Amino acid sequence: MKNIFGTLILSATLALAACSSTPDQPEDSEAYDQDTMGQDGGLDAQGIEDREFGQVNPLSQAEQRDAALRQQLTVYFDYDSSQIRADFLPVLDAHARYLRDNPTARIRLEGHTDERGTREYNIALGERRGEAVRRALLLRGAARAQLLVVSYGEEQPAVLGAGETAWAKNRRVVMVYQ
Amino acid sequence: MMSRILLPLLCLLCMPAYANLEITITGGQLEPVSVGVVPFKVEALDNLDTDVARIVESDLASSGLFAPFPREDMIAQPGRAEDVRFENWRALGVEHLVVGTIRRGSMGNWLVEFRMLDVFSGSESLAYEIPVSASGLRYASHQISDLIYQKLTGHRGVFNTRIAYVTAEGSVENRTYKLMIADADGHDPRQLVSSGEPIMSPAWSPDGRQMAFVAFDQGQSAVYLQTVATGVVRKLTNFRGINGAPAFSPDGRKLVITLSHVGNPEIYELDIASGNTRRLTNDPAIDTEPSYSPDGQFVVFTSDRAGRPQIYRIPVAGGEPKRLTFEGRSNARATYSPDGRFLSLVHQGDDGGFRVAALELKSNELRVLSDGPLDESPSFAPNGVVIIYSTKGPRGAELATVAIDTGIQQGLSQPGDVREPAWSPFNK
Repeated sequence: MKNIFGTLILSATLALAACSSTPDQPEDSEAYDQDTMGQDGGLDAQGIEDREFGQVNPLSQAEQRDAALRQQLTVYFDYDSSQIRADFLPVLDAHARYLRDNPTARIRLEGHTDERGTREYNIALGERRGEAVRRALLLRGAARAQLLVVSYGEEQPAVLGAGETAWAKNRRVVMVYQ
Repeated sequence: MMSRILLPLLCLLCMPAYANLEITITGGQLEPVSVGVVPFKVEALDNLDTDVARIVESDLASSGLFAPFPREDMIAQPGRAEDVRFENWRALGVEHLVVGTIRRGSMGNWLVEFRMLDVFSGSESLAYEIPVSASGLRYASHQISDLIYQKLTGHRGVFNTRIAYVTAEGSVENRTYKLMIADADGHDPRQLVSSGEPIMSPAWSPDGRQMAFVAFDQGQSAVYLQTVATGVVRKLTNFRGINGAPAFSPDGRKLVITLSHVGNPEIYELDIASGNTRRLTNDPAIDTEPSYSPDGQFVVFTSDRAGRPQIYRIPVAGGEPKRLTFEGRSNARATYSPDGRFLSLVHQGDDGGFRVAALELKSNELRVLSDGPLDESPSFAPNGVVIIYSTKGPRGAELATVAIDTGIQQGLSQPGDVREPAWSPFNK
């Protein structure tokens, strides 16, 4: 998921670049429209943006990155594994920082598995995944009272159907802010 | 391979509140025995809605061991043994003939009388009369099937038993889970519990009067106990973490369950009356899916303490667990056969598929019984002859049975997911 985030930033940058470097393209007509609308009352909006921009400092960049990472509420797992994959560590870092900074925040960690294997064993495996995420968050500064693990095993799939594509989406821990 | 749909007619006949399970039979190496079930003669002025002979035919056919002789090909339809001309039935290849009458008994009840005749010897092999109310005719029909089945196979019939199962319907966001009970032939499905959160692991008490199961209440799992006749539900455990996998002790006073409040899943024995729990396992691995031996001395369970899930056995009185399974990638969810000879379990072969298998404990021989690739939740019929389990079909999860000795398979399906079958004990 970090990759998708990276891709988003990349495409946003490209879009900006495209706007600034191609002023004579037909897209200009859109820009004219926006200008016209701006004259109706867009000046205020412009001013607010300036002030916000003025408050940006290096720290908030990290905060914004954290906020974006915290949009990611699902941690995915490999088959029959409760090992947290390296690509999800930045996500857990961000959530743990938030929990540390907001002691009243609570997260329910809902562990899930794919449909393979027996149902009660999968309940146990889902809990093991939830526990793995819980331990990772505790190590990163969250408090015990902030975290509760619940396992649904294979009972609440994110996606119905068989096959590795569906299974991969179902092997997960979902962080539910309370 | 033969394939026959047997039950859809019943939907029209009785209009139950829920869709009946449809039955299909496949497989089996044996030539089925030809049995003629002559329509029972109704010796009364009023007509009956229940076709007793038809129900007996369906029951016998569903075992895969018997081929009912087609009613429309019968030359004569005698109601009494003295009217049977054996040479005609011999010519048709019918081996056993069932004839009967239904007449008014006392107090508005009915009296069903039937006989089974051995066509080759021309002798009577069964003769019974069964007094019933009009609403009991269906069950009297199953009783007749049970008697015929026992006479011809030596095993007690299970046609009057019931099956509990779990259904799941609806989209991923809006799913409804139901705990259901139906007759063993799929007839008369009734709802015990319905919930927007998962329902799991139904288990019958040995007297068939109570059902233990797992349900989630606002995200927290709990083991419940329900009285089947009244529907009254009692929450037995809701410790933090897992409350799961209930199975009754043979005396019905205790349950073995899985709890994880100590930090990881362990097996506990729960005394139902007092609510006291006693821990049976102690290992950092997953221990779950416990089940008592028929003598109540042992509990088998699934553990991944050696890496992959395998079956272990531990004395209830305490002691070291003994590993019982070694074949394939993994083995899970073992339950004893009623006679204690076999364990039914979910076997994962080297191809990764999950199949129902029976492990014969004395010889350590593992018989793989189903085709996979996603079969689970095997449960023995109370006569130990067949195992019911859930499998993935074209319409979602459906139920199937397989006979341990003959390999005859039977499918029971309905739209939506039907899973986690649990076969009831015999009626007491």
